This record gives sequence, structure tokens and C-alpha cells, in this order.
Amino acid sequence: MTDKKKLKVATTSLAGCFGCHMSFLDIDERLFTLLEHIEFDRSPLTDIKTCSPDCDIGIIEGGLCNAENVHVLREFRKNCKILIAMGACAINGGLPAQRNHLPLTTILEEVYHTSPGLANGMIPNDPELPLPLNQVHPIHEVVKIDYFIPGCPPSGDAIWKVLTDLLAGKEPTLEHGLMHYD
Amino acid sequence: MGLNEMHAEAIAGVVDRVINRYRRDPTCMLQILREVQEACDWIPPEAIDRMQAMLGVPRTKIEGVAGFYSFIYTEPRGKYRVLFSDNITDRMQGNRALMERLCNNLWVERGKVSEDGLVSVGKTACTGLCDQGPGMLVNNYAIAGLSAQRIDEIAELIRNKVPLAEWPPAYFKIEDNIRRADILLNADFKPGEALLAARARAPSDGLNSSNMRSWREGLPSGIGGPGATLDEIKRANLRGRGGAGFTTGLKWEACRNAQLKAGHQRIVVCNADEGEPGTFKDRVLLSKCPDLVFEGMTVAAYAIGATRGFVYLRGEYRYLLDHLNAVLANRRRENLLGKDICGLPGADFDIEIHVGAGAYVCGEESALIESLEGKRGTPRNRPPFPVTNGYLDQPTIVNNVETFAAAALIALKGGEWYAGIGTKHSAGTKIISVSGDCARPGIYEYPFGVSIRQVLEDCGATDTQAVQVSGPSGICVAENEFDRIIGFEDIPTAGAFTIFNKTRDMFEVARNYVHFFQHESCGFCTPCRVGTSLLKNLMDKLHYGSGSPYDFAEIEKLNNLLQSMSHCGLGHTACNPVLDTIAKFRPAYDKRMMQQDFTPAFDLDRELSAARQMTGRDDAAAHLATEHGGQS
Amino acid sequence: MSHTFTLDGKVIPFVDGQTIIQAASAAGVFIPHLCYHPEFKPHGSCKLCTVKVNGRHTASCTMRAAPGMVVESETEEINAERRALTQMLFVEGNHFCPSCEKSGNCQLQATAYHLGMMSPHYDHFFPNRAVDASHPEVLLDFNRCILCSLCVRASRDVDGKNVFGLSGRGIKTHLIVNAKSGQLADTDFTLDDKAAQVCPVGVILKKRRGFAVPIGERKFDKAPISETADTTEGR
Repeated sequence: MTDKKKLKVATTSLAGCFGCHMSFLDIDERLFTLLEHIEFDRSPLTDIKTCSPDCDIGIIEGGLCNAENVHVLREFRKNCKILIAMGACAINGGLPAQRNHLPLTTILEEVYHTSPGLANGMIPNDPELPLPLNQVHPIHEVVKIDYFIPGCPPSGDAIWKVLTDLLAGKEPTLEHGLMHYD
Repeated sequence: MGLNEMHAEAIAGVVDRVINRYRRDPTCMLQILREVQEACDWIPPEAIDRMQAMLGVPRTKIEGVAGFYSFIYTEPRGKYRVLFSDNITDRMQGNRALMERLCNNLWVERGKVSEDGLVSVGKTACTGLCDQGPGMLVNNYAIAGLSAQRIDEIAELIRNKVPLAEWPPAYFKIEDNIRRADILLNADFKPGEALLAARARAPSDGLNSSNMRSWREGLPSGIGGPGATLDEIKRANLRGRGGAGFTTGLKWEACRNAQLKAGHQRIVVCNADEGEPGTFKDRVLLSKCPDLVFEGMTVAAYAIGATRGFVYLRGEYRYLLDHLNAVLANRRRENLLGKDICGLPGADFDIEIHVGAGAYVCGEESALIESLEGKRGTPRNRPPFPVTNGYLDQPTIVNNVETFAAAALIALKGGEWYAGIGTKHSAGTKIISVSGDCARPGIYEYPFGVSIRQVLEDCGATDTQAVQVSGPSGICVAENEFDRIIGFEDIPTAGAFTIFNKTRDMFEVARNYVHFFQHESCGFCTPCRVGTSLLKNLMDKLHYGSGSPYDFAEIEKLNNLLQSMSHCGLGHTACNPVLDTIAKFRPAYDKRMMQQDFTPAFDLDRELSAARQMTGRDDAAAHLATEHGGQS
Repeated sequence: MSHTFTLDGKVIPFVDGQTIIQAASAAGVFIPHLCYHPEFKPHGSCKLCTVKVNGRHTASCTMRAAPGMVVESETEEINAERRALTQMLFVEGNHFCPSCEKSGNCQLQATAYHLGMMSPHYDHFFPNRAVDASHPEVLLDFNRCILCSLCVRASRDVDGKNVFGLSGRGIKTHLIVNAKSGQLADTDFTLDDKAAQVCPVGVILKKRRGFAVPIGERKFDKAPISETADTTEGR
């Protein structure tokens, strides 16, 4: 494996809390082993802002909350051969999706107009700001996702297991203890 | 006080009257709810209070039953509740435009109640008026042959708050449209004849007298009137006309032989819950020859020793109820029902009619029995089967309207005569409900063995692309199969025969049927409850132009899952229309796969609509490029 | 009378009247299930316990065992179908495990783990369902209801109260409580009711008891559901 070209891995956090990325770092010293096989492309770890067109693996944390999330997800899908949804929010919308039973109009009203303590509040309309979606969506509802690592966050061990399964050319599985949704 | 408000006292008065008429019997829950609603326009909470007190059943049970049936409303739906029939034939006859027209006329949004609480306009599953559609129900009364003009008239009547009873009677005229009659629809039959013939079948006086000892117990199989009658049914090779085709004689015999527990009796149920879209032959049988049907039920009661009978009439046929009850009353006067029928001591049998309330699944016999018991119409776990543990745990036979009509004729003319009609494997005749693209839709009775092509010729169908035989749960027959025949050995049918000419999009036909199953799933088992919704969403996704090969594979996976894991026939057959049309009309699907790659089911740009509206933004960044074809 | 059938090749003894799942359970063989509970009459609605009997799919909780039956359960085919059913239940309701008090003790979650469910796969329905916090001791979170009707059966058959019922039809089927207000506080429900003990998921929850057991020590943290003796007790 060592002679092979390293796999390009890109990562991002959409509507997530970066907890899954923190957990990624919990791979700890095994990161060095991992780095023998992969190199990071676009990622908060490298601060590279756009994906190279030939990424092998894209790892996505977080669901889709707003227009920018959709753009980033599409960029990943376009540039990565394999996409992995990492963590509860990417997989089912997670905490942000718990707003889904409320109409967005009601939420914006409450947050910017009617909450106590607001004076002359207005809903921000700067074109720089991404608009929120009517509902938060898991990422597999918008692009094809190849693999999933459940957990909130998935443990470093679970992330390691899925990545090493993939590197070994196996269908990733998580046994008892590694598989959890919380 | 609004239109839908009544004083609690008045409501309690209505409830008391209805409940007392039903002997305070909680097994009549659905009938009580239905009649309370006829008086109150909906089921107000105060009515449930009163029912709870009077019937001594928990509120959860009353609300559970009320919530199950489409035609029972626990929220006000207006003084006039208009439901457009939404079978594929109604669509082909332009029901959508008419519904729109009525909504515009009345300033009401589809599915909602008008602001003044006067009227609601919605849609409902096939109302069995396919040969004279588009059809609708107003407060559960059927109106056929809708046209733009009639819609405008109806809007006027509603606006002027004219009571339904004062609407022009012509609106409510439902035609029989019998185009071809055979032994059943031509039967020269006098009420009582079949019973007398059945009784006369006793081989000797001695045996007959011992038979008279008790109607209930009858005689050992094969001897005497009841046994001889059952033998004729078996000799006739009669098989059930509801679609499944179970041998009637075996069913009756199993029920007759079932042990009776103390205080129990045997039950005869006539399944007139003709809900399979495209089927309307039972409506015609009941309107044209109810005596033949009731007599068949009485013959069955005689053969198996049953003392109680029910007709479960679908809610859409509510308009037949008064007439049918009059026929029953007449039969009681003629001693063809009641005690000592035809002068036979101990020959006791009577029939009551229960009216359904908009639940297709109640056509499944065990769900029907649950509904008769005043419960949610959820199919039971089987075994045990109804023949041993049916209505209130008593031995019960459930047969189709047409089966009973045939049984009456068999009792009258003998099994051999009947077995000589039709084919070797399918004795007798079959009544077909023909609708869709043809010159002469209506009712056609044929001896079994008639080819699809023959029926198409007789009804004046040209340029036919496909025929859906036996409704969405049946099979879709393509042009190269038109020489196949109607019969248990080839294409069995409950009677629907829906014709599609070459201008029709068979994908849309399947999509309409998938919507039907999704609406009618009882919700009991996971695969059908969720699976029919997922299937509906996928078919809609294809319809709206977001389909890709991924979705196609998903549809096929769901099809398999529904077939293997569902609780009852509804789930098992819910994907039939999709499987058939995929196999036979694949180009209709290929055309729908407008995307190469996975595409979201929803319109992403529309997902920003609320935020755009709230911020007033419409710049480029306030939009998302979308492959989605449009609405969803 | 004692007889046997085979389950994935293993010989399983049974007595007349036992269902397949009862006999399997007595022999220590796990068959996934959600609406089945050994103390109640089988319901047969979740379909998770579906097995193949002589090649035909059937719910093992309602099918009586018969001598010589050949039953398949732990096959890739059947487990894939069960996994799909579990995914359907996840997308039908709102199951946000990280914020659910039942997480780690939840039978739906543990069953999904057992079946290797890595994602809910389907598009989510995100239904709008209520939370009923009216009762002083018990919280009802309908978002998590899987319509197994165990609470309905427990309240009706054991407590004699009929606190719970199902209403609606099809995808609109939902749990209701026995009060005109629709609120649990207006029923005679108490924490001692059997119905308070049987919810396999996080709908019926004792108040002020959330997250009492640390992660790692909860029921299904310690052992997978297939190895947990009484799989229907998860509280």
C-alpha cells in the first residue's frame, strides 16, 4: 500500500457542530498511520477552501440548513469519488432538524421580531448571507451518499474502523460498541 | 352560533335516539357514528361524551373507530361535504377540472372547509360510478354524470343553502347500464322460490322431519335439506366472486362443521363493500335484484345452520340503503326472513345492513368482520379463520354479493345445471363492470371463458392499449394478451374491467393506483403503512421529473418488500399496478427517468421560498439551481 | 406434546400452541421484534420478527410452531428486509437519538444496531407530532411512537384502564389518550400502570429521570439486544 499514490480526502462541516471533526482527531496516533495512506485536501484541518477535482473520499459532517450548505455538498459530490456522511446531523438532520415541525416563517418571526428584548428587529437580508432552507435535510436526500458513519459524534474508533475497512476494500461495518446513534 | 354548532343538549338527544335504536350495542359503533353524523354533520366532542356514557366504552375506542374511517369526521367539514370520486376513470372524464370549477365557484380551497363553515370540497376513492362518471358524493349521497353545467347548478344550490333532500332528484339517479345479461341478471326469479327448492331437496319425509328439529344443527353432511343444498353448491363448482375465488362449498361446509360454543350462532355475511376501483357490479346487483342476493344469503343460512346475517354495504352506496331495507321488510312480511321461514319450525334467520364509511380495507373479510363488530377495520391475524372464529368469535361465512346471487340460482336450478355453464374450471357466469375508453361502458354478464378481446368488441372499445382487470390489485393486460380469458384458470377477476386506449399514459394510471393504496392502507403493519407512502413519493418523484435509475431501483426494492412483509392482501397487491406496468409498458417509465444521476425528490429552490419571502431577497444567491421538474 | 422444528438448522423444541418466536426464545434463540412482548397477546404489526417458514414469509410472533417446520431467520435476505422495516420506522417518526432519554435502552435503536443499520436510507417524513407534558410524573413524546400498541394492550388488558388507543388510518395512524382534552393529565394513568413500563421506545417517559444512567452503562451499551435475556425490558 505504501508505494501507492495517497488517497485525497476532503472534509467539511455543514450544519454541524464540528464535534465529528473533533472526534476524527480522536483517532489520535493512528492519524500518522492514516497519513501514510491519505492526504487531506479541502478540510478545516488544512484550511484549503475548495476541493481538488480528483478527491477520492469526501467526509461530510452536518446536515443541510441553508443554501451555502447545498453548494458545498454539491461541490463535494462533484469532486469526490466516494462521499461519506459522518455523524447524526449528516445522516438524519440531527439537532438542527428538530426545527422541522415549525414553519421557517414562524421561526424567523420569533427570532428577529417577537422575541422579548428585540427592538426594531429586522430579518437580515444581506446578499452575503446564505438563506435558510424551509426544512433541514439529511445530506442523502440531496446527493448520493456512499457510506455512513452514525454517532453523535461517532467515536474516533468508529471513524477509524470505517476508513480502514474502506482502505482495505471492504464494506464498512460497525460491531456492537462502535455502532451507536448518540 | 355557527353552522356546525349545535347545543350539547340537542347533540345528546340525537345520540340517545341513535344509540337506543341500536339497543345500546357497542358493536354497532360505526353505525351509531354514521347516523349521529347524518344528524350533526360531524361527530362533535359532546357526541363522544354522550356515547361514552351511554355505551360504557372508553373514549379511546370511540375516537379510534371514528378516526379510522374516511367518511367520519371529528372536525367540522361543513353542512355540505362534497367528495369528488378520484378513480383513474374519473380523471379521464375530467374530474379535476370540475373540482377546480366548484372550488372557484364556492371560493373554497380544495380539502379545506369554506370560511363560513358551509362547505368542504375534497376527493375520495372510486365511488363505483365509473360507467357514468365523473361521480361525486354529497353528504355520502352519490351523484353521477357530472358536467360543468351541473357543477354550476350544485354550487348555486349550496350557496343558497338548499337542503340536499330538495335538490333535483335527477341528480341522484344512478343508471344500471346493463348491456349484456345472462343467468343472473336475466333471472326469472320469484322471491322464496330458491328456498322452497332447497327445502324440497330433502330425500324423504322421515329425514325431513328430523331436519325440522333444528335449523341450527341441520343434519349430518350430505343428507336432508341443508346437506343436500350444500351438496348442490359443491356440485355447482361455485367459487367466490370477490376475486380470491375460494370454493364456496368448502367454505360453507367448514363453517357448518365448526363447533358452536354455548350461546353462539353461525353468521352469514354478504360483502357488499365493493371498493376495488373500477368495480360496480354489486351496486347493480343490489339495485336490480336484491331479492336474489338476500335469498342466496338465506339459502346459505339454511345450508350451514346460520341464524344471523349481515350485509356490509359500502358507504358510497348509502343511497341504496332505504330501498334495501324495504326489500328486507317485505321479505319478513312474506315469511322469507324471521322466524320459521317458509313454515319450517326453527328456521330462523334475519339480515341487517351495516353501512361502511370509506375504508377499502374493509373489503378484506377479517377487516370487514372487525368493522361489523364496531371496531377499526384492521385485518386480523389468521389462523383462526372466520369460518370457525368470525363475527364476535362465532363461525362466519363472508361471501361476495354475486356469490350469493349465484347460490340462490343454484338452490333453485341445481348444481349440475350451473356447472354446465362457463368452463371446466370456472363454472357459471361472471358480471363484469366495464369502464374507461369504450363506447358502451356498463355491466356485462358473460359465461366464464370470455376473452378480453370479446369484451372489448362488445363494449365498442377501439385502439385499446391496456385493460386493468380486477382493479389495481388485479392485473394489467396488454394488447398481445387480449386473447386471454376471464376465468380462474387464466385471469380471475372481482369484476373490474377498466379500458385504456393508446392516448393514455400507463405510468399515470399506475401512479393513480399507488395513491389509492397509500390512502387506503390501514396503517397496521410497518411495510404497508410506510411502504405505500414511500412508493407514492417515488412515483410522484418520477412524475415531477426528478426520477433517475436510482429511484427505479428503489421502486423495485419496495415492491419486493411490500409483497414479502405485508400483513394482508392490500400490501401484497399494492405494487401490482407498478410491477405490471413496468413489465409491459416500460417506455412509459423510461420517459419519466429524466435524470441520469440521483436527484432530490423536492425542489431545492422552493426550499428557499420562505426565506426569500421573509427577507424580500430575490438576488442570484437567493436561489438554488435545481434539476427538479417543478411542483411537489 | 413436545415436538421440534428447525430454525436456521438448529433443532428447536416446542409444545402445542407455542408460536415460533416463543419456542425460539425459550431455546435461547433471538428473533428481532418490536411489537411482540411475551406477556401480551401477539399483535403481528411491526413485522420485524418475520421469518421464512418452508420458504414463505410469515410473522413468527403469530405463527404457531408445527412439527418439522423449516424456519429461516438470520439470513442476509431476511435481515436486509428487517433492516428496511427499521429504516421505515426511523423516517416515519422523529427519532433524534442524541436528545432522547431512552437512547441506550431503546429497543428500536438496539434492533437497528443488531441489523447493522448505518443510515435511515429513505427520505425523512419529519411529521409534526406533539409532546404531552401535562402529567405530573410522565412525559409523552409522540415523535418517537412506532405504533406497536404495547401501551394500548397493557392499559386495556392489564391495567383495565384503556388510557391509550390508536386513531387515524394508514400513515396518519397515531396514538391517542383517553381524555376529551387529549391530555394524559386528564386520564387516570399512573406511574404504576403496566402501560408505563412497556414502551419499547422513548414515548412514555418518567419525568425527572432523563439520562440517569451514564453512556457506556446503559442496557444496550453493555450487551447487544440479541444477547440480552429479556429483550423487551429496556427501562
